[in-house]
Amino acid sequence: MREHEALPVLSTRAFSLWYGVHQALIEVNLDIAERQVTAIIGPSGCGKSTLIRAFNRLNDLIPGVRTSGEIVFRGERIYGRGVDPVNVRRYIGMVFQKPNPFPKSVFENVAFGLRINGFRGNLAERVKLALDKAALWDEVKDDLHRKTGYDLSGGQQQRLCIARALAVNPEVLLMDEPCSALDPTATAKIEDLIRELASSVTVAIVTHNMQQAARVSDFTAFMLLGELVEFGPTREIFTRPTDSRTEAYITGRFG
Amino acid sequence: MVRESFERELRALEGEVVALGRAVGEAVRGAVYALRTRDADRAERVDRADDDINRRRFDLEERCLTVLATQQPMASDLRLLTAILHIATDLERMGDHAAGVARLVIRMGDEPLIKPLVDIPRMADLVVAMLEEALDAFVRRDAAAARRAAARDDEVDALHDQVHRELFLLMIQNASTITQATYLMWASHGLERIADLVTNVCERVVFVAQGVLEDLNQPHG
Repeated sequence: MREHEALPVLSTRAFSLWYGVHQALIEVNLDIAERQVTAIIGPSGCGKSTLIRAFNRLNDLIPGVRTSGEIVFRGERIYGRGVDPVNVRRYIGMVFQKPNPFPKSVFENVAFGLRINGFRGNLAERVKLALDKAALWDEVKDDLHRKTGYDLSGGQQQRLCIARALAVNPEVLLMDEPCSALDPTATAKIEDLIRELASSVTVAIVTHNMQQAARVSDFTAFMLLGELVEFGPTREIFTRPTDSRTEAYITGRFG
Repeated sequence: MVRESFERELRALEGEVVALGRAVGEAVRGAVYALRTRDADRAERVDRADDDINRRRFDLEERCLTVLATQQPMASDLRLLTAILHIATDLERMGDHAAGVARLVIRMGDEPLIKPLVDIPRMADLVVAMLEEALDAFVRRDAAAARRAAARDDEVDALHDQVHRELFLLMIQNASTITQATYLMWASHGLERIADLVTNVCERVVFVAQGVLEDLNQPHG
């Protein structure tokens, strides 16, 4: 079983986060295992999106946000003094709920991150590799420069965003509800892709869809009211959760 | 949409059911061979191997539960998984009966046989053949082949009745044969029960293939 070999690449240590006076995360301790898929589930407002956004410091942009505790990536505290959030995002990429391609060609969408990072190698090769990894190459290879991101279907746009995130070779890919704006077929494609990506990149995914978490992840974290209630191998969480709140949530008896 | 890891696990589970079935077939063969040749060592081995069969059945059950809980299988996939759960239980019970026959051999010790064994080994051959046919039908999703395999239960029942009649006669003629005759009746009964369990497996094959639950354990003709 995969999870026995897993090492943490990203860890939170008693991590708390406040939006003004409201505490959204309460001393969360969580290890994200390397090259595994970790799903974060929980009802609306439980803090799962806040947590995943904290992993690449996206909450920094919100006024009044305050944190305590630590998030450690490869031994370094990402909220440490002198750490540039832009640099954090270079290693920890994010894919959002709604596909957000740029109004540029498919090629330029994927090349964007490489260009701003001053990449000097073979750009076309890296773009192809990223599109390949995102299982999109075959569908767009003839229209790389002709079509823009907006000309693609919703599912293709999301895979384009995944390719864009992968182009800079991140170590961790964060996904915040990546399928919630997609139809079932496009969702299934993304789910397959997530499983494939796990062989080369660490994935953390926030999802409202419990079945999706069960299908795609190796580990599942259940959050409630800002707290991490239970964390463990997905097959354990979905067959014998130890906390009664987890049991209530995943059996639909919550509240 | 292909769900690769899910598909892979379904195929792996199916393969393990067949492998477990083969192990059970070996146990039945081994137990009856030990009975016929009075080989207590062989009987011991069959008895011990039953622990492995039991463990593999739990492992199958555990893996099925994980797939059910995490993959939301539907339609034929759902039927397959529930069938695997049933079949694994039936195979495990068959293994218990085979181990039961093996333990009778150990109990009988060196005592010479009260009669040459003919029908009990025939029953064993028949039962193992039924099991193999059922497993083959499972792999091929062949409901007709499963029904044919189940129908052979009648032949096993007929042999079982014959063994009983013969042993009763022996016991009436010579009271000193009663203990061993009773053991042999148990052995025959174990084999007859295994055949019944094979018909359960056949029912599950029909269910997987056609989606209907059909009782195949009715006496025919």
